[in-house]
Amino acid sequence: MGTEAIKKQGIKELNNDFEVRSLDALCINESELKHPWYHNIKYFFVGIFFGIILVKAEVVSWFRIQEMFRLQSFHMYGVIGSAVIVGMMSVWLIKKFNVKTIYGEAIVFHPRQFNKGQVFGGLLFGFGWAITGACPGPLFAQIGAGFSIVIITLVSAIAGTWFYGLIREKLPH
Amino acid sequence: MRLIEYIRQPWPWFVAGLLIGLSVPALLIMGNKRLGVSSSLRHICAACFPAGISFFKYDWKRELWNLFFVAGIFIGGMISATLLANPYPIQLNPKLITDLQQYHIGGFSLLEPTGIFSWQALLTLKGLIFTIVGGFLVGFGTRYAGGCTSGHAIMGLSSWQWPSLVATACFMAGGFIMANVFLPFILRL
Repeated sequence: MGTEAIKKQGIKELNNDFEVRSLDALCINESELKHPWYHNIKYFFVGIFFGIILVKAEVVSWFRIQEMFRLQSFHMYGVIGSAVIVGMMSVWLIKKFNVKTIYGEAIVFHPRQFNKGQVFGGLLFGFGWAITGACPGPLFAQIGAGFSIVIITLVSAIAGTWFYGLIREKLPH
Repeated sequence: MRLIEYIRQPWPWFVAGLLIGLSVPALLIMGNKRLGVSSSLRHICAACFPAGISFFKYDWKRELWNLFFVAGIFIGGMISATLLANPYPIQLNPKLITDLQQYHIGGFSLLEPTGIFSWQALLTLKGLIFTIVGGFLVGFGTRYAGGCTSGHAIMGLSSWQWPSLVATACFMAGGFIMANVFLPFILRL
């Protein structure tokens, strides 16, 4: 195989990898740059910041989630609603001023496809959210906050994700 | 009041919303990363037990950032429960307290009722449903939906993805149905 062919093969593999990675996933690394692992440390700090907010705003509380689904408190609606507004304004500013990443890469937004999973999976996750009182982010924060039993919930959530991967082809999409 | 005492109080919704919202541009500008947590569960599967399943056959190291992010959330939880811990019990709607008292689940000063979320309760029917079944639904449902609250509701809506609006509406619908229709029965078990 000539260098040209190897290059092509490499690009094909890379593209295929991106396709698999972005399958049923909204939140992926869209950067095409490759950096040594320690460049990821900054996301660890964003995570610390994120975890502190989740606990301090009591978003990780099972009780707050029950209040939300029983319409007994505005708190959760306020948190999610204002986060979406701030997020929307930020995305708008990033698009408008063509803001680049700190590595100089363009930030682009790809429209996502609708599939039935968003309905069926969404409902199933809604059930789980009301039962456990936690979405995936709060699971990690609750464990950190000392609720060791949530390790079981997290392991079960990993098992749920794995089982989804196993039967994915048989499910309606 | 000293600053630290001020920070230790529960944070109001607008402070939390503003800061959570700002994590969206922070991650984008740091390196084109989309805010999301549930994908970390998939990367853990891909890294630890891919089992030849094509859904887990990808270069998970490209998504290492997400695992660093959730490790941070864990440490953030630890910091808020120690250095920044609120010394007072959680303030709840009195209606919720009366509603829940009939089920004798206890533990109102904590973030979770200890009568259903504890190692002692794990092997009861209620404990199994609340930790294991609930967790499984969270993991399965988020992946089937392609994201969770952070990915669809915050990142997805922020970037005007209409499938995320559908997903968010379904999260809420599922939650309302579970909390109001099924949980009253499950809590009585």
